Amino acid sequence: MALKIVKGSIDRMFDKNLQDLVRGIRNHKDDEAKYISTCIDEIKQELKQDNIAVKANAVCKLTYLQMLGYDVSWAAFNIVEVMSSSKFTYKRIGYLAASQCFHEGTDVIMLTTNQIRKDLSSPNQYDTGVALTGLSCFVTPDLARDLANDIMTLMSHTKPYIRKKAVLIMYKVFLKYPESLRPAFPRLKEKLEDPDPGVQSAAVNVICELARRNPKNYLSLAPLFFKLMTSSTNNWVLIKIIKLFGALTPLEPRLGKKLIEPLTNLIHSTSAMSLLYECVNTVIAVLISLSSGMPNHSASIQLCVQKLRILIEDSDQNLKYLGLLAMSKILKTHPKSVQSHKDLILQCLDDKDESIRLRALDLLYGMVSKKNLMEIVKKLMLHVDKAEGTTYRDELLTKIIDICSQSNFQYITNFEWYISILVELTRLEGTRHGHLIASQMLDVAIRVKAIRGFAVAQMATLLDNAHLLTGNTQRNGICEVLYAAAWICGEFSEHLEDPMQTLEAMLRPKVATLPGHIQAVYVQNAAKLFATVLRKHDGETESQAAQETSQLLIDRLPLFVQSANLEVQERASCILQLVKYIQKLQQKNVEVAEEVTALFAGELNPVAPKAQKKVPIPEGLDLDAWINEPPSESESEDEKPKAVFAKEEPKHSRSRHTEVDEKELARRREVRKQEQANNPFYIKASPSSQKVYDAPGVEHIPVVQIDLSVPLKVPGMPMSDQYLKLEVERRQKEKAERKKKEKKKKREKRGKERKADSGPESEEDITPAHQVDIVTEEMPENALPSDDDDKDPNDPHKALDIDLDKYVPYCRHLQFIHVLHIVYDIQGNHQDESKVVVSVIFENKSDSFLKSMEFNVLDSLNSKLQRPEGAGAHDSLTVPFQLPPGQDTHAFLFVSSVSVSIVAVCIDCFLMQSDESSTHEKLDFKLHFTCTSYLITTPCYSDAYAKLLESGDLKGSSLRLEGINMPFHHLLARICFHHHFSVVERIDSCASMYSRSIQGHHVCLLVKTTVSIDAKCDEPSLLGNVLDEIKQTFSKC
Amino acid sequence: MQFMLLFSRQGKLRLQKWYVPLSDKEKKKITRELVQTVLARKPKMCSFLEWRDLKIVYKRYASLYFCCAIEDQDNELITLEIIHRYVELLDKYFGSVCELDIIFNFEKAYFILDEFLLGGEAQETSKKNVLKAIEQADLLQEVRRLCFLKAFRGQKHFAEQYS
Repeated sequence: MALKIVKGSIDRMFDKNLQDLVRGIRNHKDDEAKYISTCIDEIKQELKQDNIAVKANAVCKLTYLQMLGYDVSWAAFNIVEVMSSSKFTYKRIGYLAASQCFHEGTDVIMLTTNQIRKDLSSPNQYDTGVALTGLSCFVTPDLARDLANDIMTLMSHTKPYIRKKAVLIMYKVFLKYPESLRPAFPRLKEKLEDPDPGVQSAAVNVICELARRNPKNYLSLAPLFFKLMTSSTNNWVLIKIIKLFGALTPLEPRLGKKLIEPLTNLIHSTSAMSLLYECVNTVIAVLISLSSGMPNHSASIQLCVQKLRILIEDSDQNLKYLGLLAMSKILKTHPKSVQSHKDLILQCLDDKDESIRLRALDLLYGMVSKKNLMEIVKKLMLHVDKAEGTTYRDELLTKIIDICSQSNFQYITNFEWYISILVELTRLEGTRHGHLIASQMLDVAIRVKAIRGFAVAQMATLLDNAHLLTGNTQRNGICEVLYAAAWICGEFSEHLEDPMQTLEAMLRPKVATLPGHIQAVYVQNAAKLFATVLRKHDGETESQAAQETSQLLIDRLPLFVQSANLEVQERASCILQLVKYIQKLQQKNVEVAEEVTALFAGELNPVAPKAQKKVPIPEGLDLDAWINEPPSESESEDEKPKAVFAKEEPKHSRSRHTEVDEKELARRREVRKQEQANNPFYIKASPSSQKVYDAPGVEHIPVVQIDLSVPLKVPGMPMSDQYLKLEVERRQKEKAERKKKEKKKKREKRGKERKADSGPESEEDITPAHQVDIVTEEMPENALPSDDDDKDPNDPHKALDIDLDKYVPYCRHLQFIHVLHIVYDIQGNHQDESKVVVSVIFENKSDSFLKSMEFNVLDSLNSKLQRPEGAGAHDSLTVPFQLPPGQDTHAFLFVSSVSVSIVAVCIDCFLMQSDESSTHEKLDFKLHFTCTSYLITTPCYSDAYAKLLESGDLKGSSLRLEGINMPFHHLLARICFHHHFSVVERIDSCASMYSRSIQGHHVCLLVKTTVSIDAKCDEPSLLGNVLDEIKQTFSKC
Repeated sequence: MQFMLLFSRQGKLRLQKWYVPLSDKEKKKITRELVQTVLARKPKMCSFLEWRDLKIVYKRYASLYFCCAIEDQDNELITLEIIHRYVELLDKYFGSVCELDIIFNFEKAYFILDEFLLGGEAQETSKKNVLKAIEQADLLQEVRRLCFLKAFRGQKHFAEQYS
């Protein structure tokens, strides 16, 4: 065979290099697989040779085939051979092949450790470089462990080319071998100040990636990064640093405040969109973390929103997309600022790019108000009609429902409109969201009482036209709405104009093609309708109609009795028997209507999803206890199993229920009413809410005024638009009326004072069209009023979930009756060891403006106020803001403490308020500085900690806390939080903690679960004071 | 960055670089899925898409799609810049690069990528430095080959002398 000849010729094989292979594959388009399999055979031959050049060539070809999807794992050993070649040319190919083909499961990787180590220490920087590059792709935990030291050494290599690579690969090493992080970190930090910008940027990269996962460990680097940020001009580095700050700020709000200014500067100055985008994102993150209780940064938000608007308006689709994405982040916390750009976002809905439209949809959710909801939804409905893809259309549908139903239908003023929107949505072909529409219909009909009449009428039409919806039952999810329609018509059948017709519609033979669960609802509700029809004809002596109805049911129900679905079958046969029985009674002219109606007595109230969980366990009930002791093993297995349900009990006919004493029913209703009245968690319904069974009088049935100006609905015709028009008219009318009234008032008030113009229509002015009464979900009796059930018990952060407001020893509250409320907090200053920062919140409790406030501290030996340069020793600081009544503001003061030994001190302060025209007051108060305010949370590694304890410089003392009854991790968290400690190590029943005073004294604690604390410190007075304060903290809880 | 893929308009993979350890099966599955998704997008659509829990950033240059997967917090625009930078580097190295250059010199395309990105992070932001490193490494390769040839020739001389 020719092939054999080729195989035999070594020269020919040597000739076929990568290019030949590629060309060959391209020439064999028809039988590519066959060609490649011959090539692989050749490669196998080549790999058997001793010549390294031939092997390298073969490996190179294999790498190409690997990309095409062929398995080359069999050649792993050959790849290692080529990697270990001393020639760079081959080594390069070997490492490339390894980085493409090796993964953690490749067993030959173990063989490479020594080779890689050799290459790493090669005098040739490119050998080292190639090894590092390759390693970054296939590093395993074993390789990371064995080579971590070698790579760490390379971080200080003379050549920046190597340093840079070594720094970057350290991140991969950390991921595989986390123990290496601690010893490597000091060197990594050093690299942040490397003279070579490439190395510096690599170090920033690595630390940024590390910090994104565990930001709290990197807070101490913030000042260094801050310096880098203000000095660097490299956008790549800047982006990383800014991203890092984005991760840090949620932990340290003060950092966020500091960042706002440089970030806004960058936003103003940069021309690079990527940097701008990163800045905007981080500013948003900062603002979110600051949003509680801090002065608002409306200027920064405005800037961000403005810049984002420019992005969205840009013709570049990418910028548009990102602009919308970032906008949605702002929306969460500052919806007002985004809402003013509604026009732009609506415009994006028309974009030809689907991903942009989806982003715009996300934004719409937060932008609706009572005023614009109808208009926005109308626009969305138009899109629904136009949308070509089902995915996008389904997305639109869910969004429409989300938007309308958000926060308990808060923005819906006209529920008739909403129902008609839902009905219109049912005409969507092939949507998967039938159940969503159905649940909305049910929700609205149940919870909005005033709408039931209208809803029932709509649902009846829907049932009547069911054939339009069920064109293709199997694929069509929309038939789910029939489930809701049937239930609503049955449950609220007293609102039906012609229950007989609806009943007829529900018993059509075609119904049998619907899914089982829907049929079941049909059958059950047919019975309810039956009851209604009977009641309607009640009192007529010889009711032909009532008997006809019974006959109808008896004729049609057998169809369902034959159903394959158990639920349908069971319900149908029960009801069939019942109807037959009733027919007999009817023939004897017995009044049955009342008793049949009693079957379906009682209002169904919506139950809150969490209700079950909230039911408190009654005292003395042990849910874990056995109800019956488990049977002992000795009992024989073949014993006849006991009947679970008592079999011998005679079967009762279901009609027994009709005989339930009416008195008994009334009594039960009364009892329930009583219960509900006494239950604070039961939201009472309006008095007319109870169904009325005994009196057929019309006046008891809640009637909704249906606006007759609404044109009668033709099935299959859109009608929500008309509501929109009507709504607009109604509002205009209302507005006009209001204006009239206002004018009247104005006329009356004229001369007294000039009234401000009412301006554009505000949210509150819009009154709902119906008196909407939304029934709130029911909660069980004695439900525990806790809100923690949203939290996942497995959340690892739960341990840190401590109510910080409950008891805060450092935040002292000072109240000057009726005037000012001051809260302050004292913390050590990280940057300057001789200073502590006092942050103060002033809250104006009076009803007048507080202006020109001045703050002063009577300096003492221990402490003095840090005044601006040039100020005299007794000058006071002007508080840089005015306080309108009822508002609070923050201020920071630096107080330097010059005390040699730290003791708890008090600072005498006073606050002056002067206003030329009004009062001038001086308030004296004391700021109490505890010792722990001088402690700075400092992380400490366990080895350093052990050394510290061994050094013998520390004096010991201990403390027992009595009567502490809290989980151990809460105890630790409390010490950490209130006393600025950090946990060094925690072993089962004890934990070691560390902190440092601003003057550098070490404080070590050993806390045991027996709640005894052993403390050591190199400053005895500090130790005593800290322990006293800890004791105090826990005595208060 | 988690991985980078280069593929043609016909859906043929031209280059792949994975910065996260995944099995071959997984890689193939991801590649197939992404190639399909990206190729299905219309030309006027934006370059980003959300895919699983990652963000995909792609850009088309002539007949080639460059496609990167980044994590949630990563910056899309800088990723586009990385792609562009890589294309520029290829362009400089090959001299107005085309798909065929990458097919026939696919190992070179990898070498350039490896000098530019390491472990999914940009290691060198200066174009000049990347090209310099590549040229020197290439030179080393050439020099070695020359040495080898010289040595070979020298041997021959030697052989001739003593024959």
